Amino acid sequence: MKSGGHLSIWFFTGICLGVNGFLIFVTGIYETIHPPANKVVLFDLHANVWWGGILLVIGIIYSLKFSPARERKRMQIEGKS
Amino acid sequence: MNPALLLFSSSTLVHLSPVDLVIIVFYFALVLSIGFYLKGQANTGEDFFMAGREMTAWVAGLAFLSANLGSLELMGWAGNSYKYGILAAHWYWIGAIPSMLFLALVMMPFYYVCKTHSVPGYLKLRFGPGAQAISSISFAFMTVLMSGINMYAMAVVMKVVLGWNMHVSIWVSALTVAAYVALGGLRSAIFNEVLQFFLIWAGALLIPILGLIEAGGWAGLQAKILHNLTDLNVANPGSYTHLWSTLGHFNANPMGINWAGIVFGLGAVIAMGYWTTDFLVVQRVLAAKDLRSAELAPIIGAAFKMMVPLIVILPGLLGLALLRDPSTGGLIRLVPANIAWSDAGQAQGLHGYDEVLPLMLARYCGPGLLGLGITALIAGFMSGMAGNVSAFTTVVIYDIYGALINKNASDEKKVKLGRWWTILGVVISIGTAYLAAGAPSIMDYVQSLFSFFIAPLFGTVILGMLWKRATPAGGWTGLLAGTLSSIGMYTWVKLDANAVRYVALSMDAQDQAQNMFRALWCCLICIIVTVVVSYLTTPKPESELKDVVYGLTPIPKTEHKTIFHSPLFWGGVVFVIFVILQIIFW
Repeated sequence: MKSGGHLSIWFFTGICLGVNGFLIFVTGIYETIHPPANKVVLFDLHANVWWGGILLVIGIIYSLKFSPARERKRMQIEGKS
Repeated sequence: MNPALLLFSSSTLVHLSPVDLVIIVFYFALVLSIGFYLKGQANTGEDFFMAGREMTAWVAGLAFLSANLGSLELMGWAGNSYKYGILAAHWYWIGAIPSMLFLALVMMPFYYVCKTHSVPGYLKLRFGPGAQAISSISFAFMTVLMSGINMYAMAVVMKVVLGWNMHVSIWVSALTVAAYVALGGLRSAIFNEVLQFFLIWAGALLIPILGLIEAGGWAGLQAKILHNLTDLNVANPGSYTHLWSTLGHFNANPMGINWAGIVFGLGAVIAMGYWTTDFLVVQRVLAAKDLRSAELAPIIGAAFKMMVPLIVILPGLLGLALLRDPSTGGLIRLVPANIAWSDAGQAQGLHGYDEVLPLMLARYCGPGLLGLGITALIAGFMSGMAGNVSAFTTVVIYDIYGALINKNASDEKKVKLGRWWTILGVVISIGTAYLAAGAPSIMDYVQSLFSFFIAPLFGTVILGMLWKRATPAGGWTGLLAGTLSSIGMYTWVKLDANAVRYVALSMDAQDQAQNMFRALWCCLICIIVTVVVSYLTTPKPESELKDVVYGLTPIPKTEHKTIFHSPLFWGGVVFVIFVILQIIFW
């Protein structure tokens, strides 16, 4: 996408999901090891672990696929053609 | 007291952990960074107000939906689904999908070919400056009101969930939106809307997933709602989980509406008016890079719109089924906001309908997830605010300042004024946020606004596009008559409650039902006045109607390599899924 120069909106999205996913995943692992006194409903499903993991994976994929380096390369190719 | 401590001085539903705060602060930092990054790419009017008209179908489509996915959607409609049951899903399905597809496949070519900057701009091309002035002034008025309501809704959730001071929430969110929209214009608003779209889903999707697990699936949820509402002696408890089967009579469902109000008032007028003529959403599609992208964008938006009930309607229904007082184990019954927020309501610990989503969030989300959920709500509020403010600025600069005050303003001056009006729009919105605080239910208030301005506007635009005999005098008199008649009916009911039987055809009609029928009547009045006045006045010559009227506008033909390349095909797919959903939840 041209708009946004070398930084695509999908790159920002990847960074956002990746950082949030990482924080939630790590917190989930910590809570699994040290369960809190006041648990949320369905705590035993450990939603923060798997949901954080999913967000982290999606974030990494988007960040890499739309990284500034790749965008520059793609724009150069488009410019030549 | 330390000012920082004042922020946390009220009682709270949940307590944020440090990781939650990090997630929220990271979000604010990211949206501001995007604004600063895009500042250098908003130098011309086309850049600042139309995002350079270079957005892909996906970006324009997600922004199109996200601009609508504000706080009112997330909190207001979750509250409405608690109040009215699954009937609230009509606002996402028949109240959105057909009209979004109509915009994509019928109306978008006209908007796109005439290269207008706004919907009032189209009215100027079609009907002249009279219709443009009425439309732009009413739109500007409505957008700042909507923006204020968004801010108010955000402040409420911050107070209910976190105990944050409402004034601080309003000012912090408003200044953030003002900063990133004033810096990067529509492009910055669109970029942030796409980001907010993902955050909203990431933060809100867990509630229906975990809720359905707890309730025992859809069948378990239905059974629990029926059981709870029967215990509470609520009328028509079975109607809360059926979309159409209870719409035969006004008194057979919790909304007090019949099928005609939903199909004609909502589907044919309110929805068509909002999704095809409200410049807030149409502006995102006008920023598409070509006609095919502009046609595909609303179809992509419609596909995702069909799924929004998962994160909005389902949590409201789950609230009906599952919300219990942790200490007593008894059912929690949410009440109207004016009761919940009264001194007596607060003393009893009551919660309003609009609090159902934060309550469900607190039920399932621990540290980290809670921060993401709160961020999703904030993102929704900010995307709604930014959408309103960017559309407001464009209409003020092009359709009020540029058309009525200084017709020869330079492009550079428009951009400079655009930045200042963005800030001014936010300041006015802050004022309206305090106005909204007095409304009994957020969404009912907004629906009233839609029926005032959007419903008659649809009548004017659709006649203008499809009927070449419509004259400039017919256009603006019809629009004015429709708007005034809607305000008149609203005032009549406020002054005399018995007027509901005439306006909404039944004394059982609740606020939403009244809005639907009022919209239907005022749109019909607009159309009738436009037709009558048009026949009494002289039409424009056909040479002046080129590119703005059906039959006189050559639509560029796009060659589709395969059927999968065609917007018509994808529009058909979305429509079929829409029909299947109606049957499943009949």
